[in-house]
Amino acid sequence: MSLLPSRPAAAIHPLAVRVSHWINAAATIVMIMSGLQIHNAHPILPAPVPDAMTIGGWLGGAIRWHFAAMWVLALNGAFYLVHGLSTGRLRRKLLPLSPALVLRDLRRALSGRLGHADLSLYNGVQRFLYAGVIGVSAVAVLSGLAIWKPVQLGAVTALMGDFDNARLVHFAAMAAIVMFLAIHVSMSLIVPRSLKAMISGR
Amino acid sequence: MTDNETSYVLKLAAGRLAPPTRRLFLRRALGLGSLAMLAGCDVTDGATAERALDAMSDFNDRVQAWLFDPHRLAREYPAAMIARPFPFNAFYARGASPTVDPGGFTLELTGRIGNKTPWTLEQLHALPRETQITRHICIEGWSAIGKWSGVRFSHFLGRVGADPRARYVTLRCEDNYVTSIDMATALHPQTQLTFWFDDQLLPRDYGFPMKLRVPTKLGFKNPKHVVSIEVGNDYSGGYWETYGYNWFSGL
Ligand code: HEM
Ligand code: HEM
Repeated sequence: MSLLPSRPAAAIHPLAVRVSHWINAAATIVMIMSGLQIHNAHPILPAPVPDAMTIGGWLGGAIRWHFAAMWVLALNGAFYLVHGLSTGRLRRKLLPLSPALVLRDLRRALSGRLGHADLSLYNGVQRFLYAGVIGVSAVAVLSGLAIWKPVQLGAVTALMGDFDNARLVHFAAMAAIVMFLAIHVSMSLIVPRSLKAMISGR
Repeated sequence: MTDNETSYVLKLAAGRLAPPTRRLFLRRALGLGSLAMLAGCDVTDGATAERALDAMSDFNDRVQAWLFDPHRLAREYPAAMIARPFPFNAFYARGASPTVDPGGFTLELTGRIGNKTPWTLEQLHALPRETQITRHICIEGWSAIGKWSGVRFSHFLGRVGADPRARYVTLRCEDNYVTSIDMATALHPQTQLTFWFDDQLLPRDYGFPMKLRVPTKLGFKNPKHVVSIEVGNDYSGGYWETYGYNWFSGL
């Protein structure tokens, strides 16, 4: 029996997903901006990143942000994964996923023939991007642990091919997430209904 | 409850709150509180954020002390991987390192230590010698493999009768640098009071007359030009720690 007087139609994205999505978005952006400030202390790239893209003001401040937001990112991410896997939602939304499906929908999207009538169904390109960014975020966390604790979590560092390599993996994961964000944010502005659905649920 | 019911109950609950609280509540419930935090520079620059970051840094100190395994060793590397020349780093430019007269030098001992008689360099050099080839990891992100020789710090602390139940070991340096470490790390088998670097007497740039080599901590927790060691229970922080670097900074 329902507790409520009347039940509104099912939300496109459940509340738990919406809340954890926006917490993750904020935490990821803090991780990127503080990470870029850390990067500037000793860039492995030829040029430093502009200050406007950083947070923390200087190395010490950025590290404080990085090591505070990492808890938000990791705990919220764990919640999202446990929720998505235990309810079967992630499987339903992201599978089946095949190169053929991704290519077909990519071709359709580029020729403007990909509809967004049903926002609760992800097309091949969305599935690929979402599954990919979830995986890459996990790599960012793992390689982050590898360079944060190369002695206590030495096994993780060894898995990444020792410290210097883990640092490169960490930077590459960040770069991949930034590329995802560029596409992802553009898409949500091109299809504003999807943005509304991720905020209000419908 | 289903998710719809959850959101309905959240809205109902919000309706019973006074408007300012309610806005806050709804923003939080949507997870937008944290987004607003990002947008509002007043928050990121402000004292509130600094206090929250301080609290997180203290929390991270506790997590790292818990994670620290006194028996887990930092990886040792083959001699072929030693970085030459080894990078120079300090809170001043190269060339400004202090000059210590080896003849007149004594190491001062204070605090919870049984025998506080100062040590001459000659006496220190006669202590049992160990060598490690480990990776020095700087908070800036670079790292370099080096070779350090000296006495195991736990051996030295035992010799002078330092209280192993004290919480902190504080190291003060000729260039007025200060840092402190937890006793568990001080007693770690790879923590070394170092007198030689790459088979030579520790050069001035790398910390003459001695440094504390701590391969389980970031570089700034490896003080150079050490002239005094204090064992005690009062937190004494350190030079970079007062600017906000995390105190434990374990690896
Ligand atoms: C649990 C999660 C994480 C931990 C423990 C962690 C830890 C670290 C550590 C210790 C560093 C400093 C090492 C260095 O300078 O090379 C670092 C740097 C960095 N992190 Fe993270 N990190 C985490 C997640 C992330 C995420 C999610 C991102 C981005 C999406 C990110 C982006 C960066 C960047 C860009 C740097 C600078 C790398 C460079 O020096 O070039 N981190 N991180
Ligand atoms: C602040 C910028 C962001 C905006 C405006 C945004 C917007 C959106 C929107 C509108 C959706 C629903 C889209 C759809 O129906 O396909 C969505 C879903 C998603 N977003 Fe974002 N997002 C942002 C940041 C991020 C970040 C940083 C990540 C990951 C690192 C991320 C990962 C995801 C994932 C995995 C989904 C699918 C969620 C699910 O259904 O479980 N987003 N986002």
